Amino acid sequence: MRNRPDYLAHGALALGVVLFALPVWLVLAGSTQDSNAIARGDLSLLPGSSGLSVYWRVLTRGTMGTEPVWHMLLISLGMALAIAVGKIVISVLSAYAVVFFRFPLRQAAFWLIFITLMLPVEVRIIPTYTVMADFGLINRFNGLWIPLIASATATLLFRQVFVAIPDELVEAARMDGAGPLRFLRDIVLPVSAANIAALFVILFVYGWNQYLWPLLVATNPNLDTIVIGIVKMIGVETQTDWAAVMATAVLALLPPVIVVVLMQRWFVAGLVEGEK
Amino acid sequence: MASLELLGLRKSFGDTHVLHGIDLALADGEMLVIVGASGCGKSTLLRLVAGLETPTAGTILLDGADISARDPAQRDMAMVFQNYALYPHMSVFENMAYGLRIRGMPRDDIRRSVEEAAALLGLQPMLARKPRQLSGGQRQRVAMGRAIVRNPKLFLFDEPLSNLDAKLRVQMRAEIRRLQRRLGVTSLYVTHDQVEAMTLGDRLLVLHQGRPAQLATPIEVFERPADTYVATFIGAPAMNLLPATLVHGGTAAQLAAGPTVPFADGRRAGPEGHALTIGIRPEHLAIGPGGIALEVDLIEPLGSETLIHGHLPGAPADTLVVKLTGHAPSGERLPVTVPPEHMHVFDAASGRRLEPIGAENPPVRVAAVQSAD
Repeated sequence: MRNRPDYLAHGALALGVVLFALPVWLVLAGSTQDSNAIARGDLSLLPGSSGLSVYWRVLTRGTMGTEPVWHMLLISLGMALAIAVGKIVISVLSAYAVVFFRFPLRQAAFWLIFITLMLPVEVRIIPTYTVMADFGLINRFNGLWIPLIASATATLLFRQVFVAIPDELVEAARMDGAGPLRFLRDIVLPVSAANIAALFVILFVYGWNQYLWPLLVATNPNLDTIVIGIVKMIGVETQTDWAAVMATAVLALLPPVIVVVLMQRWFVAGLVEGEK
Repeated sequence: MASLELLGLRKSFGDTHVLHGIDLALADGEMLVIVGASGCGKSTLLRLVAGLETPTAGTILLDGADISARDPAQRDMAMVFQNYALYPHMSVFENMAYGLRIRGMPRDDIRRSVEEAAALLGLQPMLARKPRQLSGGQRQRVAMGRAIVRNPKLFLFDEPLSNLDAKLRVQMRAEIRRLQRRLGVTSLYVTHDQVEAMTLGDRLLVLHQGRPAQLATPIEVFERPADTYVATFIGAPAMNLLPATLVHGGTAAQLAAGPTVPFADGRRAGPEGHALTIGIRPEHLAIGPGGIALEVDLIEPLGSETLIHGHLPGAPADTLVVKLTGHAPSGERLPVTVPPEHMHVFDAASGRRLEPIGAENPPVRVAAVQSAD
C-alpha cells in the first residue's frame, strides 16, 4: 500500500491534460485577441483586449462570405439530431426484426446489412448523390440527413444487445399477453436504454462532424453547416478574420460537449447496473 | 380452476422425436407433477401446454375447449419460470401488474389484485424494489405473485426451485403447496427432483424418454412402480435390482446370487426359468443369519442412518446398497436377506412390473398411443 502520491503517474497524466487542453485554450484565448495580430503570428496565451465581443458579431453576422453563425449552428443541430435519431430508430427496428422474428431470407438480410460495412464512403458517395438527385433532394435540408441514417454498425450493436436478452423474458412477456410492438416498447427499449443513450452520443457527434456529404449535396449557402462555415471563413490567408474563426470554432465545440456531459450520467449508470 | 386434457400429444424437432404420444387428464384443482431425468421431454410438454411450442400432433383441451391452436396469451394460463424471468427494469409492483395492464384492467382493480397477491406471499415491503435488489427466494415469490395475480385457469411451474439453495428449496416447496391448495388452481409442475415430486404432487407422471412410464399417486409410484425405470428413479438411494429366474411353478424367484425367495403375494404367470429382475429397496434389506454374504465395499455413516455399498459374490460390478438405521455392524462380509413382502418383481426383458395372477389393482400405467414412431 503506497502512502505517498505517485508523482510519476500524476505527472504523466497532467502532461496529457495539458497536451489536450492547450489547443482548446489557445483557440479560446485567440478569439479574444485582434485578428491582425494573430495573422502576424502574435498569438498569446493570455486573453486579449477584444473580450467576448467577437462572439456576438460572429453569431449575428458571420464574417464575409458566410451566413450568420447562429443559422449554421441551427442547421448543424438539426442535421445531427436527425441523423442520430434516424440511425437509432432504423437500427433498433432492423435488429429487432432480425433477432425476434423468423421469416424467409432472414439470415440473408442480416448478412446483406453486415456486408455493407465493407463498402468505403468513396465507393458509395457517387451512387448516393445520383439517387438523391433523382429524389430531388439535392440542395435541400432533407438531403443532408436522409442518406446517412442507415447504419450497419448500429444494427449490429443492437443485435448483440437483443440476443443477450434471455429467452425466458420473451416467453414471460408472451404469457403476459404482450404482442411484438408492446414487447419492443415495454421491455426491449427500457432494457437497452443505456446502449441507446451511449449510441446517441456517438451518433450525434458523428452527425455534427459531417463534412464531405453536406459539402457535396448543398451548394446553397443557407444550408451550410457550422463545419463548412469554419472552412469557408478561412478563405484567403491575408483576409482571414482569425479571431472570428476561433470564436466560431469554440461555438462549434459547445453542442457536442453539452450532449456528452448531459448523456454521460445516463449511460454510465446503465452500464454499471449489473445483472438483469 | 379448470380441467385439462391432453390427447395423443406428440412433439418432434425436425428428426428428433421428443414426445411420443402423451395422454393425460387433470381434474379441477389437481396438482400434477411431471417428473423425469433431464432430456425426457417434461419441459417440452409444459411448453406445449403453455403454447410456447406447437404440437406435431395431438390436442389440448382446457375445460373442454380445444386450445391447441391458441396463442399463449389466449390460454388463460400463468407460468412460473426456472430463472424467474422478471422484467429487470420494472419494480415488483409493475412486474406483477404488467399482465393485467395489457389486458386493460382498471388501475384500482390492478392495485387491489397486486396488493392481495403481495399479502399472500409476504411481498408488501418490497413492492417498490427492483428485481436486482431481491434475493433468489424473493424473486421466485414475485414470479409466483405475477402468476397468481392473473387468476388463471392453470398454473404452470417449470422447475421453479432448481436455482435455490437446499434450505430455501424446502421452505419454498411447502409454500407452493400451501398456496396451491389454498387457491385451488389446477397446476402442472415440472421437476427432475423426485423429493419435490413426492411432496408436491397429488399425482405424478413419470416420463422416460418422451414416453409416460407411470401415472399414479406418489405412494403408488413408490410402493408399486410400474417398471424398473420408475423403480430406480423414485426413492433415494435407488432401488437395488437383482437378476433372477422364475422357479417353482411361478411361486418363487431364484436370485442369480443363489438363494430362492418365495413370493409373498401370489403366483406369477410365466414359464419356468423366465428371466426376472427383482427389486428391493435399500431400506428393506435386512442383516440377518441365513442371508447372502454381501462383500462390503464402502460404508457411509449419515448419522441417523448408515449406507453400506457392497456386491454379491461372483458379481463384483453390480453394487448393492443397504440402508440401516443407526450404526452399521463392522465386517467385511455381511449376511443380507431379502424379505419377500418387500420384493418387487419385474420382467427382465421389458422391465415391466409383473403382478400376481388375478391381482386386484394392477399399477396404473398410461397406455402410450400405440402407433409407428
